[in-house]
Amino acid sequence: MAASAPPALELTKVSKHYGGSPPVVALDEVSVAVDPGEMVAVVGPSGSGKSTMLNMMGSLDRPTSGSVSIEGIDTTELDDDRLTALRGRRIGFVFQRFFLLAGVSATDNVANGLLYTGTPLAKRRQAATASLEQVGLGHRLEHVPSELSGGETQRVAVARALVHNPALILADEPTGNLDSRSSAAVMALFQKLNEQGRTIVIITHDPAIAESLPRQIRVLDGRVEHDSRTARTVLS
Amino acid sequence: MDQAYEHRPDDVDAMAPSRLRVPDIVRVATTGMQARKARAALSVLGIAIGIASLVGVLGLSESSKSDLIDQLDALGTDLLTITPGQGFGAGDGSLPDTATQMIDRVPTVTEVATVADLPIDVYRNDLIPAEQTGALTVRATDPDLLATLNGGIAEGSFLGEAGSIYPTATLGSVAAERLGVSDLEDQPVVLVGEEWVQVVGVLEPFPLAPDLDRSVFIGHNAAVDHLLDGDDVAASSIYVRVDPQYLAATRDILPATADPENPEEVEVTRPSDVIEAQAAAESAFTSLFLGLGLVALVVGGIGIANVMVIGVIERRGEIGLRRAIGATRRHIRIQFLAESLLMGLVGGMVGVGLGCAATAAYAASQQWRVIIPPVAIGGGMLAALLIGGIAGLYPAMRASRLAPTEALRAD
Ligand SMILES: Nc1ncnc2c1ncn2[C@@H]1O[C@H](COP(=O)(O)OP(=O)(O)OP(=O)(O)O)[C@@H](O)[C@H]1O
Ligand SMILES: [Mg+2]
Repeated sequence: MAASAPPALELTKVSKHYGGSPPVVALDEVSVAVDPGEMVAVVGPSGSGKSTMLNMMGSLDRPTSGSVSIEGIDTTELDDDRLTALRGRRIGFVFQRFFLLAGVSATDNVANGLLYTGTPLAKRRQAATASLEQVGLGHRLEHVPSELSGGETQRVAVARALVHNPALILADEPTGNLDSRSSAAVMALFQKLNEQGRTIVIITHDPAIAESLPRQIRVLDGRVEHDSRTARTVLS
Repeated sequence: MDQAYEHRPDDVDAMAPSRLRVPDIVRVATTGMQARKARAALSVLGIAIGIASLVGVLGLSESSKSDLIDQLDALGTDLLTITPGQGFGAGDGSLPDTATQMIDRVPTVTEVATVADLPIDVYRNDLIPAEQTGALTVRATDPDLLATLNGGIAEGSFLGEAGSIYPTATLGSVAAERLGVSDLEDQPVVLVGEEWVQVVGVLEPFPLAPDLDRSVFIGHNAAVDHLLDGDDVAASSIYVRVDPQYLAATRDILPATADPENPEEVEVTRPSDVIEAQAAAESAFTSLFLGLGLVALVVGGIGIANVMVIGVIERRGEIGLRRAIGATRRHIRIQFLAESLLMGLVGGMVGVGLGCAATAAYAASQQWRVIIPPVAIGGGMLAALLIGGIAGLYPAMRASRLAPTEALRAD
């Protein structure tokens, strides 16, 4: 069964160019696939194209050339609304900057993860409570972001990414703003989510975190310089 | 605690389009406004002031108009004044001697009274220089005048005892003041032409015929006999009360009745029309407030637009996140539009409330009935929503055009 399942993510010769002077080639014909249930670290120096690659994987942006498929769905053909629906329903996003609404309770922030699925409020809150319990914040349901620690805030954001039960979670430096203890807690959480069978891609600058994950993809100058799964180092 | 995770790649729902339920639109907009209370409140205030002044102006003009209508009802809108025409080609400026009798025969005429201006000056005493007439007019009239004009007596009586053959003077309110007559205890006299005439009464002002307040009234017969050496005098104006049902028809036949030979030289006016016209002129003043209200509305609208535009810039992260969790461009547009509509709505409600309160307070202080026309409330709310909507158009468009990655990258 595993053999016939399509990759969770597949980038085929994906390039992203930014206009301007001088023009920037943020991604240069990157081909990479992530199988369902994998947990991948994306590493590389600042400006190498990690976020650009993750944005392609999450259909937050379209490539200049090449194709992206998510859970076997070729995104090239999809219009903006369908692409939006696809990521809204299938992908959970976690960002370095949390992006929680200030003054809104943890429950409602998490419930917002289901806002654009048309789920009624009561059901959204129910799912949010379950999701917060899953990240170990069952005792912080009514707290607003300003009353939470950085680690707790990021766990709320993870709960929001989980609330619609996605198979795929993409995280752009989720521990970038956290101290080592909070960061360990968040990583433990991702570990657990991966054990549940979810596919997880994490951008990190922390070598220890990267080493702790089963697979590392190293990005340099818009190319995949090293991928531990194919054990291939591409030298230019 | 662990929730079993099931991978459901074939879930039909997984490709269902994004949707935002209507109650959620309201929630999203409310949350957005609450997060920026102070700024939202300031721009809402602009709208509120604008709407309040619009509602207040409409309410007050309506309340004062109703007061005027009450007043006119009390005074009667059935009074007509017949005067000789004064325009080019008009006759000798007098009505025929028969005019009063003829008019009295019209069945729809209920009361008639005649006033004749006399070519005589009146003075407080014989020490006053002849040219200082005080702009007063000596007028001959008959006792019916008081009933016809709904006039009131401030002191004494009107024209003295009926049938008195000696002239007595009854002063209009302004005339009394100018002639220095404040009470009748000292049996005051005034000099009418060459004759000393005793003042027997002082009248209340005539609201429907304010020019009569400057009169010194002498009984018609006594005036003819004693002041005019027996020459009769033509009517200068005839006051007529008409059955209100037949007012227009009666008005039409009055010129020919008064002067069958030269009906075109007779002018028929309705004094209550003059008062109404004056009230209408007052609305020139209310249009100033209306203008100020509109300015406040525009300023409030710009305030809302400003808050929204700044909001779009400040909230790029939020917009990016919403795009990531499934909000389409349309959903972002709807959210920002709903927020500015909500500000308009709140501004409108506060403004209508303030406007009603101001109207009620002022009307109460003037002892008017409080009338707030529904169109002011409906129109006020509509205007506020319209302004909120227009103010939100551009910010909503800008927010929705933001690409998700651009929004998420911004700091
Ligand atoms: N919208 C844009 N316009 C122009 N250039 C861009 C844009 N977005 C990214 N870039 C450029 O593309 C390159 C890759 O950017 P990206 O954000 O993917 O780097 P990164 O590996 O995530 O870096 P970091 O570790 O600092 O987050 C950089 O040189 C960046 O300046
Ligand atoms: Mg980055």
